[in-house]
Amino acid sequence: MSQVPLTHILFVSTALFFIGMYGLFTRRNMITMLMSVELILNSVNINFVAFNKYLYPGALEGVFFTLFIIAIAAAEAAVAIAIIINLYRNFRSIDVEDADELKF
Amino acid sequence: MNLSLLIIAPLVTAVAVLFCRGLSGIRWVSLAGVTVQLALSLVLAVLYEKERGAGESAHWLFQYWHAWFIPLNIAYHVGVDGLSVAMILLTAFVMLAAVLVSWRIDRMGKEFFFLLLVLSAGAYGFFISLDIFTLFFFLEISVIPKFLLIGIWGSGRKEYSAMKLALMLMGGSALVLVGLLGIYTSGAYTFDLPALGGNLSLHAQRLFFPFLFVGFGIFTALFPFHTWVPDGHSSAPTAGSMFLAGVSMKLGGYGCLRMALLMPAVAREYSPYIIVLSVIAIVYGAFATMMQNDLKYINAYSSVSHCGFILLGIGMLTETAVRGAVLQMISHGLMTALFFATIGMIYDRTHTRLVARLGGLLKVMPFISTVFVIAGLCSLGLPGLSGFVAEVTVFMGSWQHPGQMYHLATILACASIVITAVYILRATGATVIGPVGDSQYYSLKDATWTERLAGILLVTGIIAIGVAPFWLNELIAK
Amino acid sequence: MPNAAYIVLIPLLPLVGFVLLGLFGKKFFRKSSGIIGTGLVLVSAALAIWVAYGYFFEWGTDGASLKVLDMRWLAFSGGLSIDMNIVLQPLPVIMIVVVSFISLMVHLFSLGYMKGEPRFATYYAYLGLFTFSMLGLVLAGNLFEIYIFWELVGCSSYLLIGFYYDRPTAVAAAKKAFIVTRFADLGFLVGILILSFQGRTLDMDNLLQTLFSPAFQASGVSFLGMSVVAWGATLVFIGGAGKSALFPLHIWLPDAMEGPTPVSALIHAATMVVAGVYLVARLYLLYALNGVVPQIVLYTGAFSALLAAIIACTQTDIKRVLAYSTMSQIGYMMFALGTFRPAGTDFLGYTASIFHLFTHAFFKALLFLCAGVIIHRVHSNEMKDMGGLRKAMPLTHICFLVACLAISGIPPFSGFFSKEEILLAAWRANKFVYAMGLFTSGLTAFYMFRLYFAVFWHRPVTDGHRHPMPFFESIPLVILALGAAFAGFIPFSRFILPGAPERAGGGIGVFSIAPVGIALVGIGIAAWLYRKESDRPQRVATSMRGLYTFAYHKFYIDEVYLFVTKKIIFNLVGRPSAWIDRNIVDGLMNGMAATTARISAGIKGVQSGKVQDYTWFFFIGIAGLAVIFIYIYT
Repeated sequence: MSQVPLTHILFVSTALFFIGMYGLFTRRNMITMLMSVELILNSVNINFVAFNKYLYPGALEGVFFTLFIIAIAAAEAAVAIAIIINLYRNFRSIDVEDADELKF
Repeated sequence: MNLSLLIIAPLVTAVAVLFCRGLSGIRWVSLAGVTVQLALSLVLAVLYEKERGAGESAHWLFQYWHAWFIPLNIAYHVGVDGLSVAMILLTAFVMLAAVLVSWRIDRMGKEFFFLLLVLSAGAYGFFISLDIFTLFFFLEISVIPKFLLIGIWGSGRKEYSAMKLALMLMGGSALVLVGLLGIYTSGAYTFDLPALGGNLSLHAQRLFFPFLFVGFGIFTALFPFHTWVPDGHSSAPTAGSMFLAGVSMKLGGYGCLRMALLMPAVAREYSPYIIVLSVIAIVYGAFATMMQNDLKYINAYSSVSHCGFILLGIGMLTETAVRGAVLQMISHGLMTALFFATIGMIYDRTHTRLVARLGGLLKVMPFISTVFVIAGLCSLGLPGLSGFVAEVTVFMGSWQHPGQMYHLATILACASIVITAVYILRATGATVIGPVGDSQYYSLKDATWTERLAGILLVTGIIAIGVAPFWLNELIAK
Repeated sequence: MPNAAYIVLIPLLPLVGFVLLGLFGKKFFRKSSGIIGTGLVLVSAALAIWVAYGYFFEWGTDGASLKVLDMRWLAFSGGLSIDMNIVLQPLPVIMIVVVSFISLMVHLFSLGYMKGEPRFATYYAYLGLFTFSMLGLVLAGNLFEIYIFWELVGCSSYLLIGFYYDRPTAVAAAKKAFIVTRFADLGFLVGILILSFQGRTLDMDNLLQTLFSPAFQASGVSFLGMSVVAWGATLVFIGGAGKSALFPLHIWLPDAMEGPTPVSALIHAATMVVAGVYLVARLYLLYALNGVVPQIVLYTGAFSALLAAIIACTQTDIKRVLAYSTMSQIGYMMFALGTFRPAGTDFLGYTASIFHLFTHAFFKALLFLCAGVIIHRVHSNEMKDMGGLRKAMPLTHICFLVACLAISGIPPFSGFFSKEEILLAAWRANKFVYAMGLFTSGLTAFYMFRLYFAVFWHRPVTDGHRHPMPFFESIPLVILALGAAFAGFIPFSRFILPGAPERAGGGIGVFSIAPVGIALVGIGIAAWLYRKESDRPQRVATSMRGLYTFAYHKFYIDEVYLFVTKKIIFNLVGRPSAWIDRNIVDGLMNGMAATTARISAGIKGVQSGKVQDYTWFFFIGIAGLAVIFIYIYT
């Protein structure tokens, strides 16, 4: 079985990254934005794993890093959802446009 | 003597005030604290005289050095010469009077006395520091509490004034910071004042002296950066004005003087500019005073004019002129504190500071009025009171600077004694004497015992310098 | 040799009075303050007379300068210092006698006159302060020491003019007096700076010696055509002119009459106002040095004398008439001082001037005290409210007459001798000034007798009822009247200048005919116009309408001053400076703050609070950094 070339995997991760980016910029719903962020993170994860596998097959740092990111993403999701719930309690909405008090 | 006591005493008092319960406890603790300050400064003066009398010839006495931040060569280095001792005495006198005058403050008394005491700690620290960075540190300490003092306990447009004062003084500190970093990096990589002397390249001095001088100058109402003075003073509470005009403005004068003495050659190069600005401040400040209608504005503008003498003396930089500048700092400190104290007392009773509404107070409150007149006479330079001694020393010293332009500047500065007489007599004529301004004034009471004590304290200082100037003169000269 | 301690007491005792009565007078000495004050001055006057006796007849008959106290007060660099000195020289010794004696008389007189005054203790405290300062002034040996006491004298004058402080006019008059003399003192101060800088000392005797030395004269620096020393001397003279109410700085003196009348007698007639004369006389070598300065002194004095005499003829307030008369007599003293020859060889003017100062103190103080008695009697200052008082107040009448004769220069009263010497000095120096002096002398006789007749004759005697005069009021009157009558017989010039001829004028001789004659003419005219009530004064006034109105309004000098101060200084200098400060200088500061605020308002829109905007910035930033690091940085 011939290996999938690195470029293909990078193409997938880049696509994933920009999909996440697009979601982050266009959606106003915080949950969706959070999901977009997760997409971005995952695209990075794919990159790490792929580079690790293709460039330094003997090392494991990329994999470790991916594990860290997954863990932190989980924590971040928890915090973010807590914030979202609090925002919802205050604004009765989870639209980011409504939470624009933090300015000036 | 351990100079750090001068900083520790007010800080300990300030903390003790925080733990006090009840207004009277706060008052008495503060009073005890400032009395200790006065005692310490008197002891310092006596010990200083004794050391000098014993033939001690080092410039700085009672030095103490402790490393603070080694990598940048910053140290807590303190020591005094005659000039600092005189300024410390002034601070102690003004503080005691300020606490006595604030006896009847009723709103947030704890915080008020706390801030006042912190201010005084900053002032003492400033006057004893021999490390410019520490100096700067204490300068800042003595700015921030002023913002709160004016903003909380002030009157009139207090927020505006507090903001203006804090911003302009901060601007001054920023210039000072630039200047001191400049001389730090351009030469010896030290902030130590004695070590810096003679260790600086002329180029760096030329570049950074204006920063330091203007920066400190803002504190002492250097034209055209004097506009915080009228607003700040008029809005501040009585004790705040007293400390502000009596001590804070002197921080600037002291700083300017130290910088000029540190870099005399460059100070001489810049002296024409300094002299022009100070003569403008003197004459124009006096004219502006003439047109004011609010007693506090009158005194604030006259402070601009009088502080011009300090800068003039520093600008002329002859031995006598510099001594005159120091005398003027002390004299103006006592006199203006007395003035603000009496204005505060009058305001407390009549609820107005407008000259037009007052009048004939001598009949109603003889003590306050008499003290007011004495402060006025001191301001217009009556012999026998301290103002005369200071002004005359400045004039004599200035005249010793050769050159017709310098003589012309001196004559212009002398001319202000006439304008001063005009505005002081106008103020006394309309406030203290003449027909009683309002029939309600007849029911007003004269000074309370604390106010009497404060007045007597400051008047004693003024007369002691005015009648026997030689002791102070020698203290400074040594 | 005198014991210094006693001499120091002469000025110090009145100071003790000031401190004691000023601090505790109201509480503890409400009744006895007058006695305390008077007692202290009595001791001080006795000491002064003792010192004068000792100085002239025992210790220093050759006019030596004795420095009895020398205390360093404030040292400057360059060898200059203000010292508290007491120097005995002929002139100061005469002055302490005059000052302490007149002060004693006024203290005594006030015991009766000011009785019942609520601020009795304060009054005596102020008198003590004045006496102290004036004695300090005349005993001073250091130029700056004179300035110190000079200012203190001005301050006590301010306090005493404004003694009735609830009268707005008194407050205004006190303010005016202080400010006008302060303005003149500015000249004095700058003069001191110049002289001390040139002479390198503030000690007067050393200063005069240095400036007089040929070596210094050769190295004279000049400025605008006059030598610097001459400038200094002129400026010091301006100071003297202000205190001595010479034209054009005289405007404060008539207003100063708002003070209590005994104060006018002491300060504004006999002692303080002659301080300027004293100053010029004390520094007379300095004035004799240069050709221009004595001319200034001469003409200022003569012009003031004439001007004041003309104004005095038209005034109706008796204290104001006396004030202008004072100004005129001081003008006399001053122009006598101005008759120096450049080399300082002819001292007649100098001795005559001091002599006149001495006699003037007696008769002018007497006139004022009499005026005080009269004013108490009729409760008015205006001449029209008086008349026919000669029976009602015989003692005052006689005293007033003596004083009038003395001031008019009728022999053998004291004024005759001194005035005669002055006129002789003027005759020798400058014929034009002599003519002015002579004419003034006639005017003096006229206006003094105009006053005399208007007060004591003029109307038929209506109120023959005599008021008993308080003992303390009559004693000083009698003593001063004796002085005014006989002081002229003292061989005065010999005291001032040892070796001078006893009477330079030579008593009643050919020279006296003109002055005495013109004085008699003046008296005659006054008698013709005012002895009986008639319309003659009115007719004369209308016939000289222009001059009369002009003189009645004091030549509008006050109005000129008002215009300059109110319109020009206040409106064109003061108000603009205050406005500029609030609007331009402060506006600049506020403008800086406002600009900062505006810029930040522009920038703060970036801080929208929208998360997605921030993400965009973040993304663009990252992209930018990526571009930089990938393509440019490598």
